[in-house]
Amino acid sequence: MAVEGGLAGRTFDPTPPYEVGRADVARFAAAVGETDPVHVDVALARERGHRDVPAPPTYPIVVAFVAMQRLLADPSVGIELRNVVHVEQRFEYTRPVYAGDVLVATLSVESVRAAAGTDLIANRIEITDADGALVCTARATLAHRAPEAAA
Amino acid sequence: MTAVADALRTGTDLPTQRYRLTRAHLVAYAGASGDQNPIHWSDRVATAVGLPGVVAHGMLTMALGGRALAAWTGDPGRVLEYGVRFTRPVVVPDDDDGVEVTVDGVLGEVAEGRARIDLTVTSGGAKVLGQARATVAVDA
Repeated sequence: MAVEGGLAGRTFDPTPPYEVGRADVARFAAAVGETDPVHVDVALARERGHRDVPAPPTYPIVVAFVAMQRLLADPSVGIELRNVVHVEQRFEYTRPVYAGDVLVATLSVESVRAAAGTDLIANRIEITDADGALVCTARATLAHRAPEAAA
Repeated sequence: MTAVADALRTGTDLPTQRYRLTRAHLVAYAGASGDQNPIHWSDRVATAVGLPGVVAHGMLTMALGGRALAAWTGDPGRVLEYGVRFTRPVVVPDDDDGVEVTVDGVLGEVAEGRARIDLTVTSGGAKVLGQARATVAVDA
C-alpha cells in the first residue's frame, strides 16, 4: 500500500475562507476564453436573474484545488506529488459561484482503491458559502502511482 | 431561442463548438486557476515525464466543455451537474495557431425541467475526455 491505510473516510480541515472578487471571476472567464459578458457586467448578470456576476461552471476547482493540496501535502498520507494524476472530475451545483462569495472547501476521502501499482483516491469536496450553505460538491479522483512502481 | 430549446423541438444534436488553445491560454489559465504545474508551460519538464510536449490543463479542456454547455443553454447558471474523465492529454504546440478542441453534444433524457447532455470533446480527431456528461436546467 503506497498511501496510508486509514485514508479512506478521513475528512481534512476546511480551507481558509476564499473571497471571490469580480476581478477573479473576470480573470477566470477570460482564461478559459469565455466571452459571455455575464461574467463581467453586473447589470446584465442581474437582468439575467443572478445576484452578481456568476463564475464559469468549472471555477469551483480553484477552491477545490486548495483542499486537494492539503491532502497531497499532508506528510501522514504518504502521497508523492509528482506521482499524482487527476483522472476524473465531477461537479454538482446548488447554485453558481458569484462574485462576493466567501467560500470554504472541505475534503473527505471517500475511497482508496488499489489497482496495478496505482491507488485511485476518490475525494468529495464540499464547497460552502459564508452562511454554511452548500454551493457545489466537487468529486475528484486522483491516481497515485506507488513509488516502487514508478519509472 | 437557445440551442437546447431548439434541439428539444427538432432533434437531439447540439451545434458543434470549436475552440482554439495556444500556449498563451495555458499561461493565463495557470495564473487564474492556481495550477502552476510545469508540464503546462515547460517542454523540458513535460518531456522529462514522458509527455510529447507541453499539455493543456485537464481542467482547461473541461472548461471548454463548460463553455459549450453555457452556449447551448444560454447561461452558465443552467449547468446543474458536469463531469468528465481525463483520458488523453491535449498537446499544445509552441506556435501561434495552437490546437483546436471541438465539443459536440447530444441531448438525452428530459424530465422535470432537467435535461441530460452527453458531450464528445475531441482534438486532432481523438477523444480527449471520457464520460463527459452534464445535467442542465431547461424550461419545462
